[in-house]
Amino acid sequence: MHSNAYTLTFTSIMTIILGFLLSMAATALKDQQDLNIETDIKKNILHSLNFAPSEENPWTPETVQAIFDDYISGIVVNNNGEIIVGKKPEDINPDVDGNLHPVYINTMSGKIDGYAIPISGKGLWSTLYGYFAVEADGATAKGITFYKHGETPGLGGEVEKSWFRNNFKGKRFIDSSGELIGIQAIKGTVDESSSEAYHQVDGLSGATMTAKGLNSFLLQDLKTYEPFFQQIRSRKGT
Amino acid sequence: MGLLSKKSQAVLNDPLMNNNPITLQVLGICSALAVTVKMDTALVMTLAVVAVLSVSNTVIAMLRNLIPSKVRIIVQLAVIASLVILTDQVLQAYMYDISKQLSVFVGLIITNCIVMGRAEAFAMQNGPWRSFLDGLGNGLGYGIILIAVSFFRELLGRGTVFGIQVIPDSFYAAGYENMGLMVLSSGAFIILGLIVWVQRIAAKIEEE
Repeated sequence: MHSNAYTLTFTSIMTIILGFLLSMAATALKDQQDLNIETDIKKNILHSLNFAPSEENPWTPETVQAIFDDYISGIVVNNNGEIIVGKKPEDINPDVDGNLHPVYINTMSGKIDGYAIPISGKGLWSTLYGYFAVEADGATAKGITFYKHGETPGLGGEVEKSWFRNNFKGKRFIDSSGELIGIQAIKGTVDESSSEAYHQVDGLSGATMTAKGLNSFLLQDLKTYEPFFQQIRSRKGT
Repeated sequence: MGLLSKKSQAVLNDPLMNNNPITLQVLGICSALAVTVKMDTALVMTLAVVAVLSVSNTVIAMLRNLIPSKVRIIVQLAVIASLVILTDQVLQAYMYDISKQLSVFVGLIITNCIVMGRAEAFAMQNGPWRSFLDGLGNGLGYGIILIAVSFFRELLGRGTVFGIQVIPDSFYAAGYENMGLMVLSSGAFIILGLIVWVQRIAAKIEEE
């Protein structure tokens, strides 16, 4: 039997060695991990704007970075929809800049070809994080992606699947009188002949609460950006 | 394998077939269900478990005479947990997409009964070399089942193997459909059950 003193010494030495090893590893790998997270977010912004990797041009951290630098420009808008000149999305400090919001603009074709905004909110079990892209008219959905969520795979987890995300393309979140109405995932499938079909998408079977959460946080986030998109619409006259 | 003695060979080979940790000892089922939807995640999970298990067994075998018996479980757990965190960090740095899909299950290797079980049952009584082989064997035994289950799940559930489509489009045109059940956890249960059944017949194991 070992004495208490031996046991204490042994465990202390163990703890110090293991703690040292782990903190070494965490520090050494941090840069690479941060780069991965950044690339992943950029990939999602590109996805929401309907960029896709191809055979000749697969997405690696370098190519994603290059596409992003070449075609996407980030701007910052405030609660009144005014563009803050000289600020970039990465300058936003979420702790103090609660009234500043990033917008990523796709300028690939030389003119503005869509806006991506971050969306997030509660589903059933978890907070979902993603991007929502808007066509240049400021009223039509271009795409939606989710990069982080903890919903049930096969049920609420279907939000990240392409069949669900593709539903959003071409849907309008502005009604005929120009008011923000959002986009709703309904129960079952959308009746295309209905007068409401323009702002509805097929729901997730078995995941009513996830869809409800998504509907409400999407509307909430669109409200935040509404002054900005309103200006775009009034400029375009749509 | 002239390199290994008879005894060492048995230590390495036994868990692959006759004493497989999943199908015969029925350990590590939770992760076997969770990460087997696709073959690439199953393969990475296998590598992670093999790495953790063989290194933890070796380390614990080297320390076995120094570890105070009163706190041996905590010491084993500290070694295993550190290795798992290390593996998770490396995956996050170099295989980000797969580590995202594996999500919590890499972290949950800590609670995988196979790892603790081998440390307590084998590494505490045997030398480092033999413990290393035991860890390797058990890790691979776990991995074989994982890859077998994921092969059937991916083939039947998605029509692909390692992400490459193998069911020709003409089959789908003729009315063939992917089996949605295989993508859900219950599909893994069925496959696993069938594998256990086949293996018990092959190994001529009779329940008393």
